[in-house]
Amino acid sequence: MMRIRIVAVTALVALAALPARAQLGSFNPPPGPQKTVAITNAHIVPVSGPEIANGTIVISGGKIQAVGSSVAVPSGAEVIDARGLYVYPGMMDAGTSIGLSEIGQGANATVDISEVGSFNPNAMAYYGLNPHSAHIGVTRVVGITHVITRPTGGILSGQAALVNLAGSTAPQMAVNRAIATVIELPRSGFGGRGFGGFAAAQGPSSTQDVNRTRQRQLDSLRTMLRDAEAYGKAMDAYAKDKTLPRPKHDVVLASLVPVVRGQMPVIMVADRVNDIKEAVGFAEENKLRPIIVGGRDAWQITSFLKDHDVPVLITSVMDLPTLEDDPYDVNYGAPGKLAQGGVRFAITSGDAGADARNLPYTAGMAAAFGLSREDALKSVTLWPAQIFGIADRFGTLEPGKVANLVVTDGDLLEAKTSTKYLFIDGRMVPLDTKHTDLNDKFKDRP
Amino acid sequence: MKRTLLLAASLTLAAGSLSAQANPAAAGAGATLIRNATVLTVTKGTLKNTDVLIQNGKIAQVGPNITAPAGATVIDATGKYLMPGIIDPHTHTMSDAINEGSLSVTSMVRIQDVLNPTAVNIYRALAGGVTSINILHGSANTIGGQNATVKLKWGESVDQMMFPGAPPGIKFALGENVTRKNMNQIVIPGQPMTRRYPVSRMGQEEVVRDAFVRARDYKATLDDYKARVAKGEKNLVPPRRDLELEPLVEVLEGKRLVHAHSYRSDEMLMLLNLADEFGFRIQTLQHGLEGYKIASEIAKHGAGLSSFADSWSYKIEAYDAIPYNVAILLRHGVVATLNSDSDERMRRLNIDAAKLVRYGGLTEDEALATITINGAKQLGVADKVGSIEVGKDADLGLWNNHPLSVYAAVDKTFVDGKVYFDRQQDLAMRDQKAKERAELEKAEANQAPAARRGVQPVLPQEER
Repeated sequence: MMRIRIVAVTALVALAALPARAQLGSFNPPPGPQKTVAITNAHIVPVSGPEIANGTIVISGGKIQAVGSSVAVPSGAEVIDARGLYVYPGMMDAGTSIGLSEIGQGANATVDISEVGSFNPNAMAYYGLNPHSAHIGVTRVVGITHVITRPTGGILSGQAALVNLAGSTAPQMAVNRAIATVIELPRSGFGGRGFGGFAAAQGPSSTQDVNRTRQRQLDSLRTMLRDAEAYGKAMDAYAKDKTLPRPKHDVVLASLVPVVRGQMPVIMVADRVNDIKEAVGFAEENKLRPIIVGGRDAWQITSFLKDHDVPVLITSVMDLPTLEDDPYDVNYGAPGKLAQGGVRFAITSGDAGADARNLPYTAGMAAAFGLSREDALKSVTLWPAQIFGIADRFGTLEPGKVANLVVTDGDLLEAKTSTKYLFIDGRMVPLDTKHTDLNDKFKDRP
Repeated sequence: MKRTLLLAASLTLAAGSLSAQANPAAAGAGATLIRNATVLTVTKGTLKNTDVLIQNGKIAQVGPNITAPAGATVIDATGKYLMPGIIDPHTHTMSDAINEGSLSVTSMVRIQDVLNPTAVNIYRALAGGVTSINILHGSANTIGGQNATVKLKWGESVDQMMFPGAPPGIKFALGENVTRKNMNQIVIPGQPMTRRYPVSRMGQEEVVRDAFVRARDYKATLDDYKARVAKGEKNLVPPRRDLELEPLVEVLEGKRLVHAHSYRSDEMLMLLNLADEFGFRIQTLQHGLEGYKIASEIAKHGAGLSSFADSWSYKIEAYDAIPYNVAILLRHGVVATLNSDSDERMRRLNIDAAKLVRYGGLTEDEALATITINGAKQLGVADKVGSIEVGKDADLGLWNNHPLSVYAAVDKTFVDGKVYFDRQQDLAMRDQKAKERAELEKAEANQAPAARRGVQPVLPQEER
C-alpha cells in the first residue's frame, strides 16, 4: 500500500515537471474572450474565390470576420505581419481514425478503433477519442485543422465524429459528435497475404461459402435497418400519444434512426467497382445517404457515381496498382479522372492517425497526374466540407466561417513548405509537437 | 559457357570500335544529348540551361552548348530538371522470399538467389526516378542474409542487373522484429507455435556476439592454414568450409558491409560497441529511427544511417521516431539517407526528401543527397553513381518539374545511358495494351483441346 502511494506521488511529480506545452494533442485554450487577430500583408488563398496577393484577414470570436485586400485592422486587434507568407483554410482529413489508435502494432491497450461483433451502430468515435494522442499535434502542424475520425471493422462499425484538432477534452474538440455512420459492407474478395512472408495461406473457403456468408450478413443488416425504422416510428407515436405503450429503449436501434431517415449520411467502405456499386445499390434500396470511402476504382464508374450523386472519400492515391498490367500511375491519376467525370470527392489519408499528416502531399501528387492544382486544394478543404454538409462553416476563408486557418511560407500542398501560424476555432495553436520537443532535446546533444 | 559469352562480348566490343573508326557518324550511335535542362548535380550545385552528353553509358560532358555527336539522340529538356537516379538503400523489391526465418543467424543465405527480374515493381520504381536499390532480407533474424545491390535494368536478367563492383553486404537486425514481439498470430504451416531464441534485446546481443566469436575462431583457423601453406607446408587438410561463418569473416576483414536494421538508440549503441570490440564497422544502421538520440556515437563509429522520412508510431519502437532524425544526423557528420522499405514508397522518395527541407531545414542539395549520393556512399558505389559528374554512370532521371515538388513527375529514367522508363512511350502504349488485353479476355478459357472444339473427349472404353 505504502509502496503504491509512493509510486503515485512520484508519477505526479514527474508529470508536474513536464513543460506546459502542447506537444501532445491537447491544447488548453486560454480562459476569457478570444482576442481579435488581424493577419496582414498576406498572400491569401481563400479557395472560395481568386487569390488575394496582398490582403488582410480578421479573426474574432472564433470566426473569420473579414477577408480582402482593403480590410481595415480593427482597433485593439493583435496584428500578425504575414509579409511573404500565405494564408489558407485549414485542411480537412475526412478519412482517418485519428485519436482512436496510438500504436497499431504491439500495444493493444492503445487501440480503440473497433468494437467486438459485427453490428455496433451505437459505438461512437467521440467516446474513444484521445485528445492527448501525439498524432493530433503532429497532424495539425502541417495545416490539417479538422478531421472526420471514424471507427472501423465489423459491418456496422459505429459513428464518425467531426473534430477540431485542438482541445484537451473530446467535448472541446468535437464539432459534431456523430456526423455519419460507418458501414463496412462485406466485400467480394478473399483476404490478402500475411506480413513478412510468414503467413500461412488463409483457409481457402469456396466462392459459394463467401457469397453465402455475405448474403446472410447483408440480410442481418437489412433487418436491423428495418427494425430501426420501426423503432423510430414507435417512438414518434409514443411521443405524440402517451397512452400508447412506451417502446423499450434500445440504444442500438436509436442510433440508427437518423440513418434510416436519411438525416445522417453513411460512410461505406468500398474500393472495387462491384463493391462500390453494391454499396450504392444497398444504400438506395434502404434509403441511406451513402458516401464511399476507399474508392480506389471509383474512376472507372464516374458516370454511375455522378448519376447517383454519390461522393467519394478517396484513400488510395498512393497505393500501388492492383493489377500487374495496370498503368503505373493508375491510382495517382484517379482523382483527376473523378474531377473530369464530375464526381464529388475528397482526398483523404485513410490513415489511423500517425501518417495523416501526409494528406497535403497526397493531394499534391494527384495534381502531378491530372488533377488541377486548384482542385487538389479543394479536395482537402472545401470539397470534404461540402460532402459532409458543413461547407457553411468550414473549407474556405470567408466571413462567418469558423476560423480554422493556416499561415505558411509556401504552397500548402508542397512537402517542403513550413507552417508559421495555425488557428483552430479562432485561437492560435502552438506549433510544438512531440517531434519538435524530441528535436529540441537531442539536436545539440554532444 | 562462360568462355563463349566472354568471346562473344569481346567480338561485339571489337566490332563496335572498328565501325566507330570506319564511320565517324557512328561515334554518336547510342549517344544521347540532353539539352537545356536544369541540372541538379547534387555534388556541384544546380546548373541552369545546361546540356548533358551521355556516351557509352557514361556521363561524357556537362556544360552549356555541347555539340551533339552525329547520330546522337537529342532530347530537348527545356523547362525540365535532370537529377541523378534515385538510390534506395533499403528495399525488398524483386524478392520472391524475404526471411529464412528458421534460425536467428542465417548469414549463409543470399537474396540474389530469389530475385525476380520481371517484378513489375521494378518498372514502377523506374517511373519514380529510381535507378539503383539495395535489396535486403527481412528483419526476422539477428543476422539475416547477404544483400544484393542492383541496377533497375527492367527487362534484363538478374545477372545483368547486379551492380558491377558493388561491395557485398549483409543484413543484421535488432529489436521487435527479431524477437518477434508482434508475431504472436503467425503460424508456420505444419509447425507448432514455438518461441525462437532470442526473445529479448539481451539475447540479441548474445546471438551476435556468439556468431562473431565463432567467426573469429574460424578466421584464425583459416589464417593459420593460409600461413602454413604460404610457408610451404605440404599435405595439409584445409579447414572445413563454413558457409555461415564465411560472410562474417568477410565482415571482420572489412570486405562485406553490414546493414543493420535497428530502431531504438540503446540497441544501436549496443551493436556499435560490439562491432568496435570485434574490430569491424557497421556500414549503415537501417532505419535507425532513434539515431538522433545518439548522433555523436554513430558519427564516432563511422556508421551511416538510412531512415524513413516521417513514418512513426506504427509500433512501440517507432514511437520516438521524428522527421528531424536525418537532419540531426547529417549535422553530426553522419552519411544519412532516406529509404522506402516499400515498393509503394520507393516511387516517391523525392517527396520524402522534400520533407527534410521542412523538418530540419536542409538545403535542397542536402535533401537531394539523402536519396542520391549518400545512398551511393552507403552502398560503396559513390565513384559510379549518385551525382551528375563526368565519368559517372549515366543513371539519371528527367523530371517535368523540380523533383522536390509534389507536382513533379518523371519523364524519362536512364540506367547506364539507356532509357528504361519513358512516360510518353508509356502513355502511347496504353491503348495498344488495352486492346491486347481485350483480345486475351475474348479468348476461350483454358480447357482440354477436345472440349475446345466442341467435341467430347474420347474416354477410354472399358474392355469387356
